[in-house]
Amino acid sequence: MAHSGINILFEGRNMVRLLGGLWISAKIAAIAIVVGLVLGIVLGALRTLHNPLLRAILRLYLEFFRVIPTVVLLFLFYYILPQNFNINMGAESVATLVFALWFAAEMSDIVRGGIISVSPHQVDSGKAIGLNRLQLYYYVLLPQSIQLMIPATINLVSRVIKTTSLLLLISVMDVINVGQQIIEANGQRYENGSFWVYGFIFILYFILCYPLSLWARHLERKELVNANG
Amino acid sequence: MAEKLLTVSHLVKNYGRQEVLHDINFTVEKGSVTVLLGPSGSGKSTTIRCLNGLEDFHSGEIQFKDQVIKPGFKKWQSVRQDIGMVFQSYDLFPNRTVIDNILLGPLKVQKRSKDEALAQARHLLKEVQLSDYENAYPRQLSGGQKQRIAIVRALALNPEFMLFDEVTASLDPEMVRGVLEVIEGLARQKMTMLVVTHEMNFAKQIADKVLFLENGKIVEESAGHEFFDHPKTQRAQEFLNSMDF
Repeated sequence: MAHSGINILFEGRNMVRLLGGLWISAKIAAIAIVVGLVLGIVLGALRTLHNPLLRAILRLYLEFFRVIPTVVLLFLFYYILPQNFNINMGAESVATLVFALWFAAEMSDIVRGGIISVSPHQVDSGKAIGLNRLQLYYYVLLPQSIQLMIPATINLVSRVIKTTSLLLLISVMDVINVGQQIIEANGQRYENGSFWVYGFIFILYFILCYPLSLWARHLERKELVNANG
Repeated sequence: MAEKLLTVSHLVKNYGRQEVLHDINFTVEKGSVTVLLGPSGSGKSTTIRCLNGLEDFHSGEIQFKDQVIKPGFKKWQSVRQDIGMVFQSYDLFPNRTVIDNILLGPLKVQKRSKDEALAQARHLLKEVQLSDYENAYPRQLSGGQKQRIAIVRALALNPEFMLFDEVTASLDPEMVRGVLEVIEGLARQKMTMLVVTHEMNFAKQIADKVLFLENGKIVEESAGHEFFDHPKTQRAQEFLNSMDF
């Protein structure tokens, strides 16, 4: 054989296309994460208020996004929004919306858990110096719970990045979709092309997610030191 | 008769169906020290927590200065700036330095100028002999130091009335003295205070008035020395006998 299968990556514009696909996945994940983070913090804080109706609604929202598989959510939003609500969005926008809402839902639970783990004495102490509700969250509760939230949040971020691999199901030109096209187009000349393409995609996802996992572990260890030191 | 700063009338509080405070009545005169004594669970802490809205109550009223406070009162934030409170477990904010703990109220609640608030904070730190710890974090301080900082944090709002809820109860014995001295200093400066404590010698020395609580009722109200020397009720006598001082 004149060439090994790895050359499939360097045929024509294949490499550029794969990286372009990765960029789409990363962009969708990044926007969803930023939006979801902000929304999730607000919703998480709201879930610690003593309003039963609000809590029930937000709980329902969380469970909806947690219980339903992401694929189903993507299909729901991709097919049902345009059909039944006459809202037409591109596949990438639908994907970003679904991921942002999913991230916010999971994030709200992380934030809520963090906030309620702060000692009630801290709340008394903040109230006693005259802080209002908003100040109490901003100066006392959120800063003290952030340490607890960070590792879980990083885990959530890498879950979101990994789950972008489902985007091809709603025809987003993500890295997997591009990879499949490359494999199909070059399948006759490269028998084990799929090995190299998916191998390369594996490395790309690994490069995105592994540092996050290392960072989370580092922070967890740091927190342990803080708690004991 | 000295001017009254606080009047509590017919205060009642329940937890569910259980009544924990029954018809509490007392007054606090400006510049005086009132000590709340009584066995554990008698309602001392609950009483003082009602006075700055950390617990709500079900009937009766509290008059603080010109403000009449009834159940469901909403404007606690402004009242709390005039009523400082120090807790048993110090409860400094662990993520903020000593000086940031002290300045949070003056800067963010009272919106005072940084220069003026900082100057006052430094002056107060000097008075409690902790000037060197301005930039320390609470975890770097001993219990006694934390408690003195907590007192400074409350004083930084220039309150007219201070509540102390068993502030030495979780301290090592050798730390207790330093904290009590700070409170004694405040008494000499004629700060109006309501103190819950189990330190009987301290109570005896500092109290202008003693309220003896049992089962959520004020069983006896006396002038400071009178309570310790000639308790009026047998229950108070028994309580004093049981305390080692």
